[in-house]
Amino acid sequence: MRIVVVGYGPAAHRFVETLAGKGFDGRVTVIGEEPRPAYDRVHLTSYLSGTSADELTYAVPGGIVTRLATRVTAVDREARHVVTADGGAEPYDVLVLATGSAPFVPPVPGAEHAFVYRTIEDLDAIRAAAKDAVEGVVVGGGLLGLEAADALRALGLKAHIVEMSPWLMPRQVDEGGGSVLKGHIESLGLGVHAGSGVQEVVTGPDGRVAGLRKPDGTLLEAQVVVFSAGIRPRDELARACGLDVGERGGIVVDSAMRTSDPSVYAVGECALAGGMVYGLVGPCNTMAEVAADRIMGGTAAFEGADMSTKLKLLGVEVAQFGAMDGALDVTYMDPVGGVYKKLFISDDARTLLGGICVGDASPYTALRPFVGKELPAAPSDLLFSGAGATLDLPDEAQVCSCNNVCAGDIRTAIADQGVTDVPGIKGCTRAGTTCGSCVPMLKQLLEKSGVEVSKALCEHFAYSRAELFDIVRVRGITTFSELIAEHGQGRGCDICKPAVASILASLHNGHVLDGERAALQDTNDAFLANIQKNGTYSVVPRIPGGEITPEKLIVIGEVARDFGLYTKITGGQRIDLFGARIEQLPEIWRRLVEAGFESGHAYGKALRTVKSCVGSTWCRYGVQDSVGMAIALELRYRGLRSPHKLKSAVSGCARECAEARSKDFGIIATEQGWNLYVGGNGGFKPRHADLLAKDLSTEELIRTIDRFLMFYIRTADRLQRTAAWLESLDGGLDYLREVIMEDSLGICADLDAQMEHHVATYADEWRATLDDPEKLGRFVSFVNAPGVPDPSIVFASERGQIKPVMAR
Amino acid sequence: MSWTRICAYDALAPERGVCALVDGVQVAVFRTYDGDLHALDNLDPFSGAYVLSRGIVGTRKGEPTVASPLHKQVFSLVTGRCLDEEGVSVPVHAVRVRDGLVEVNVRRPAGFFEELRAVAAAG
Ligand SMILES: Cc1cc2nc3c(=O)[nH]c(=O)nc-3n(C[C@H](O)[C@H](O)[C@H](O)COP(=O)(O)OP(=O)(O)OC[C@H]3O[C@@H](n4cnc5c(N)ncnc54)[C@H](O)[C@@H]3O)c2cc1C
Ligand code: SF4
Ligand code: FES
Repeated sequence: MRIVVVGYGPAAHRFVETLAGKGFDGRVTVIGEEPRPAYDRVHLTSYLSGTSADELTYAVPGGIVTRLATRVTAVDREARHVVTADGGAEPYDVLVLATGSAPFVPPVPGAEHAFVYRTIEDLDAIRAAAKDAVEGVVVGGGLLGLEAADALRALGLKAHIVEMSPWLMPRQVDEGGGSVLKGHIESLGLGVHAGSGVQEVVTGPDGRVAGLRKPDGTLLEAQVVVFSAGIRPRDELARACGLDVGERGGIVVDSAMRTSDPSVYAVGECALAGGMVYGLVGPCNTMAEVAADRIMGGTAAFEGADMSTKLKLLGVEVAQFGAMDGALDVTYMDPVGGVYKKLFISDDARTLLGGICVGDASPYTALRPFVGKELPAAPSDLLFSGAGATLDLPDEAQVCSCNNVCAGDIRTAIADQGVTDVPGIKGCTRAGTTCGSCVPMLKQLLEKSGVEVSKALCEHFAYSRAELFDIVRVRGITTFSELIAEHGQGRGCDICKPAVASILASLHNGHVLDGERAALQDTNDAFLANIQKNGTYSVVPRIPGGEITPEKLIVIGEVARDFGLYTKITGGQRIDLFGARIEQLPEIWRRLVEAGFESGHAYGKALRTVKSCVGSTWCRYGVQDSVGMAIALELRYRGLRSPHKLKSAVSGCARECAEARSKDFGIIATEQGWNLYVGGNGGFKPRHADLLAKDLSTEELIRTIDRFLMFYIRTADRLQRTAAWLESLDGGLDYLREVIMEDSLGICADLDAQMEHHVATYADEWRATLDDPEKLGRFVSFVNAPGVPDPSIVFASERGQIKPVMAR
Repeated sequence: MSWTRICAYDALAPERGVCALVDGVQVAVFRTYDGDLHALDNLDPFSGAYVLSRGIVGTRKGEPTVASPLHKQVFSLVTGRCLDEEGVSVPVHAVRVRDGLVEVNVRRPAGFFEELRAVAAAG
């Protein structure tokens, strides 16, 4: 048997390879128009980045006769031979047409000056033209067009993509996916012109390409124009010899890949199988295998193919599987992160029909097997692969900015090192070891990864902070030793001790350094000041509302000067004095207390400041006295110990000069009273505060804040800011309103009483320490040499002030 | 090296540290809840600051510990080993009670501060 194959592309190659593999012993001749045997067209673009033509080219199976650089011009079905361009004839018993397809070039003026993107020769020509070019345009925003545009970019051109459809890759993604994709592509510096056609390829007076004119008349300047606007099956030989072809092209074949002439087969992109032309290499290969099997007497059949695609274009994952529409759909869209995922579902919401992914193709791998089957889980869970947002953090998203640790690193630690808790993550990745603000995200990543996060505070207590709070409150416990003896184990650590100290302070107040409580405090609370990198402390006198008399300002200046402290204005409208050694602290406080100052909690998990704008007293826009309110609030809540620091601000009108909405509780004056916002914060994960209540009277405002703070203090996790706490509340803001404004839990009287107790028992911690010789005795650098300053503390000078010098 | 008295045992509060300057070496001395004494170098190897005596004292799996007040790395009071990062440890010094007084025996030669100060002055 003599077999002749016309065209030597991937489909022809797979065909002869299959024949050879099956031990075909007849004569096989492959006639191809290109100057080389079939090559890997899918990876054509790699030719531009250095892969040689030889490397791309497939080996010719043994025993196959090839006639390269030879075009077949006609098929004589009666004589059973093909005619080649050089006038020769090649007789066959069985003919296989594998002529593939050609890029579609729209018939616009100047199109002959444009390039196409299909063969190695095309790429050689584009590369040569790009040498003197600055800009390039690709017509066609599908899979191949984007690949061509990327190639132009890699050749150093500023590349534009012109696409007829309103969005890119219309065959693979819908409009939403297209817009996310557009964001990705534009961020790479490519110009995207969707919803636009082509008027003409413009050439300059020298006959060279000057650009592309769009139908609206605008000119996209470009010296290289590439058409990649779809493919047309190369069915001209078949047409000419009277084989059936489809209306819109393609050689009609049956499931055995036979054309209307039983001795002629067609495979690959030139074939119209089941009414479809398949423009992907996978189905083309299957067709080739089917034809080879049939010719050798087999019964294989081509039953159509899955056109699902998953690819990485310009570094962006794009995937499409199954149907592209359905009765119902569920979409996850994150334009900022550049992720778009959509699932199509049957109208009874049970069967998965298909999906689209841009930016993250993970659902493709997981869900493609479920197409046409019952959904394995709730659609939203499938898209989010978990409950919340963190799992959708791309691996490269930075979680810990202090130590430059990405979500992927943490997932690796969880997956490969068997890490099951936050300390484990810290040990493996260093994430969370510096400022600690990323720890809640670490927890979420752990949760999402399926590791059950224990709510236990630490190895010493199996309870959460909120549970411990209730235990302490209900059992009337007053000391850490009592609590750990009855409800914990061991002797505590730097996690549970300060947490319990805070709970005890919230419930009982009393001095933070009284008795055993001193040993529970973080160094800042233990020394009532803020530790700095070299072991010195900073002192921040309280300046309620940021209002200060000139006399007090002078005292601060004098103290700073006399003790040689570095001075800086803080963001909370206070003045921070740095560089005090332990033994200097009481002396500094004494001076400040004498001048009427008191301890400012720049340290500790407590109320920091209540900032304010100048308000109605001076400001021509102000509608309420924001300074007076800020002072009242700061004095009311000073010293209040809480799960994390608390910040507040009051603005005198809606212009919001005090930035109240970035605070844990922020107040903005209205004509009628005060608006209260809660749950804001700046820092690592900025969040605007939510409006809790409007137009409150002063009395209502204070009562609502009292309850908000006490409810937070009771129920929040250790180191959980109000923002995260609010987000974790089941029912969110509405629930919070019910609890503290409608008293749905019946605890408001309790919360009020607790706050009253706090206000009534507040005492200045500095003054109390100065009055207590035993407490004062601890303020020495060396227990055996009380007068000796710590010699390791050394300063240099910068801009007229001190700065710490570390030994290394 | 010999034993140096630093303070009365009663001056040490349970689960708090103090710092003593012994022949130019800063020694952090801790009294645990059950009354035992431990002494480590006061230098926190992570931050380079002399602060370990100001850390929170506790236990980890029964072993007495102190956490650096700066970045919270936990060290064993018994071995000086950092329990959060392998390969890091701080020197342990000998400590005992004689006649109600705490005595420390430093295991490292003095002279370190002279060096440190020279560096600081130069820098
Ligand atoms: C840049 C690029 C990237 C691609 N990426 C992917 C991808 O990621 N995934 C995917 O599935 N598919 C991809 N494709 C599509 C894939 O390459 C095609 O599906 C595959 O090449 C089809 O093989 P074929 O043999 O049917 O046709 P072709 O590859 O077109 O081969 C047909 C051959 O026949 C020759 N020929 C035609 N007529 C005659 C004649 N009269 N006489 C002699 N010879 C003739 C042609 O010159 C050609 O060499 C990509 C294509 C391109 C161009
Ligand atoms: S917030 Fe309003 S009242 Fe306050 S300073 Fe700004 S404009 Fe004036
Ligand atoms: S420790 Fe992770 S962000 Fe600071």
